[in-house]
Amino acid sequence: MNETKMIPDRRPPRTRTGVIGWIRKNLLSPWYNGVLTLVAGWLIWSAAMPFFDWAVRNATITLDPEAAKAGSGAAWGFIREMWPVFMTGVYPEAERWRPLLALGVVVAIVCLSLVHKYRRTKWIRGMWILSPVVVFSLLHGGGITGLPAVGTHYWGGLMLTVTLAVVAMVAAFPISVLLALGRTSKMPIARQFCVAYIELIRGVPLITILFMASVVLPLFLPAGMELDKVLRAMVGITMFFSAYLAENIRGGLQGIARGQYEAADALGMSYWAKVRIIILPQALRIVIPPMVNNFIGILKDTSLVGIVGLVDLLQIAFATTSNPRWFGRLEEAYIFIAFWYWVFCYGLSRYSQHLERKMPSAGK
Amino acid sequence: MMSAPAKVPVWRSPRGRAWLFQIVMLAAFIWLALTMYGNTLDNLETRGIGSGFGFLTAEAGFKIGEITGIPLPKGGFLYFLISLGAGLGICRLIAMRLKRKGAPLSTAGTAACLAAGVGLPLVTLYLFRDSVEIARYSASSSYIMALATGLANTLKVTVIGCVASSILGLMVALGRLSPNWLMRTLCRWYVELNRNLPLLLQLFFWYFIVLQQLPGVRQSIDIGGWIFLNKRGLYLPALVPGPGAWAFCAALVLALCGTGLLYKRALGLREKTGRPGRWLLPGLGLVIGLPALAWLASGTPFTLDMPVLKGFNYKGGTGLTPEFTALVVGLTVYVSAFNAEIIRAGIEAVSTGQREAARAIAMNERQVMRIVVLPQAMRVIVPPMTSEYLAIAKNSSLAVAIGYPEFVSIGGTILNQSGQAVEIVGIWMGVYLCISLAISLGMNIYNARIALKER
Repeated sequence: MNETKMIPDRRPPRTRTGVIGWIRKNLLSPWYNGVLTLVAGWLIWSAAMPFFDWAVRNATITLDPEAAKAGSGAAWGFIREMWPVFMTGVYPEAERWRPLLALGVVVAIVCLSLVHKYRRTKWIRGMWILSPVVVFSLLHGGGITGLPAVGTHYWGGLMLTVTLAVVAMVAAFPISVLLALGRTSKMPIARQFCVAYIELIRGVPLITILFMASVVLPLFLPAGMELDKVLRAMVGITMFFSAYLAENIRGGLQGIARGQYEAADALGMSYWAKVRIIILPQALRIVIPPMVNNFIGILKDTSLVGIVGLVDLLQIAFATTSNPRWFGRLEEAYIFIAFWYWVFCYGLSRYSQHLERKMPSAGK
Repeated sequence: MMSAPAKVPVWRSPRGRAWLFQIVMLAAFIWLALTMYGNTLDNLETRGIGSGFGFLTAEAGFKIGEITGIPLPKGGFLYFLISLGAGLGICRLIAMRLKRKGAPLSTAGTAACLAAGVGLPLVTLYLFRDSVEIARYSASSSYIMALATGLANTLKVTVIGCVASSILGLMVALGRLSPNWLMRTLCRWYVELNRNLPLLLQLFFWYFIVLQQLPGVRQSIDIGGWIFLNKRGLYLPALVPGPGAWAFCAALVLALCGTGLLYKRALGLREKTGRPGRWLLPGLGLVIGLPALAWLASGTPFTLDMPVLKGFNYKGGTGLTPEFTALVVGLTVYVSAFNAEIIRAGIEAVSTGQREAARAIAMNERQVMRIVVLPQAMRVIVPPMTSEYLAIAKNSSLAVAIGYPEFVSIGGTILNQSGQAVEIVGIWMGVYLCISLAISLGMNIYNARIALKER
């Protein structure tokens, strides 16, 4: 009599699921969300369309500057013709195989290191330690290599940018470890030295340090001793970043439990044994992600060396566009350069995020 | 019977070694410094460059494209500084006295503080208004004046950049937290794009590409006949202070202080009685009435000076040079990406339980944000934000690459003219250290006020 009837299960309304549901949920409701969508859409449209017209629709890729001038868009032929210059600066054309070979060597070592089987073997470490020597003798030549010498004033472009960044990182690392240890040590005079250095460097702009390295540093040296321009810039950048890196590493040192220090002391370890075997490996592991971020900072900030007269990736834009054939093609040059910086920096920042997820944080 | 422990020689004990090491380090440092000093003297001699800061008083002889006036610390201005210090000191004394008594800052106390902190300097400024001198650089001024002008330009860019990048950063952060997918994605890519490109590249982009595409002077973009934009810069109408400007400003400040007092009293009343205190209408009356009275009493305070096209360029009004515009826009956009990430992280750090609890006691969304979320987020936001502000101050030195005459760029000109490299680099570093110290001091005081008080 009083029979209840089961209502069959119904599908959710079509407007709540699938593409329509997603659009409704994420773009249209409540009403002000729709307005936001319109605003954002308009922003994207008004920025992307002119760019698309310029970079793709009206663009030319011809190597002939006159033909490119006829089009209203980008002349990618300029990049096609100039791209070895963007990569290596005024490095002599006949010798360009050498940076290429050096790049190949580095890429090969990196690839080998990525293979899990070889990662911790002795010979791969040996190759890493040897690689700077190989790369330098390839790039610079002269001496025992028998290759014609190419002085550093011929170096430029992406090659110079990456070289400066890598050298600064590698050279700043040991200095910053010492500074961080000094800042956290109990020795009053040594600590004050480290604090003074770190705070002094961190308080001033990189430009003033570069000016100091390029203008004042030669005055400090004994008469007759000359420092190469690129080397001076390297000294400046290294000084600058060792202070920043030292603060990162200090963070790692502070993240280590006191028990670790006490246990090492209880074992009767000397200070250096304690630091080398117990403290540093743990501290550095914690700070690898911020160190990668620091490296991004170095890569971006090497662009400042242009101000003291080096022709790095950014300054190449001015060098190439003053070429009469392609005079004033600044937009294309900037897009190309920005692409390289962005790929490197974005790649590194994703890598550091990946590391952060992978690394166990301190104390866990 | 136990034998006494063998006496460890000093050089074998950790303490002794530490001291030995430090003495060696100190000696090495002193030796290095002396060698460098000697080398420098030799090198300067061979190059025929004198040393010392005497050159700073020589005539500069070069022009500066953008000049910010500098109030000279002379006569009346010194009195002003003294009275400002005295006023703030009295404020501090009153606050400390009240704190010792355990009484909260009462209306009378606030009034006394305001009178001392704001009134006293204002009165002094009014009494000595003729001796406050605004010095403007000219080519016949000394190197010191040139450096001071550069410093003023740096500070101008820094202050504007800090404020603008915070506002823009907040907007982008809110965009990244928005439930709208398109907005979120757009803001994410704004951050990713700006963060991963060097600042110098961005400055060049704004200066050489965006600003160069603007029309020439004759085809200026005209916004309502008030604002003109062309290749040479941005032209705005200027406010010219008239005879009544002092009275007008003083009245405005007084009215604002009065409104603040009223608001405080209304809040106090509400806390005591639960009735909403009235403050908006009387406050509005004060803010409009007092300056209006001052206007009537002492004449027109400000007149507008409009930019007018004369000859080859606009005359009158205030102009923003393209260098200044490019620097401020570039710095603001670059730093806002970092600020947005900091603010977003700060807001996300406030646990959802806090929001839920606030909603459970029937707060509306605005109250949740203002009373519960933001104050807690600020604790996370302020320390990293401080380093961003420091970065703005330091990064404004990149202006040297696009020719905005700030501190480093003017120092560089002087360096080229006089060859006094050591001194100029020393001045640069000293001044930037002072700026950094001042910013971090101010932000640390603020941070201490908002930080979680743990006991």
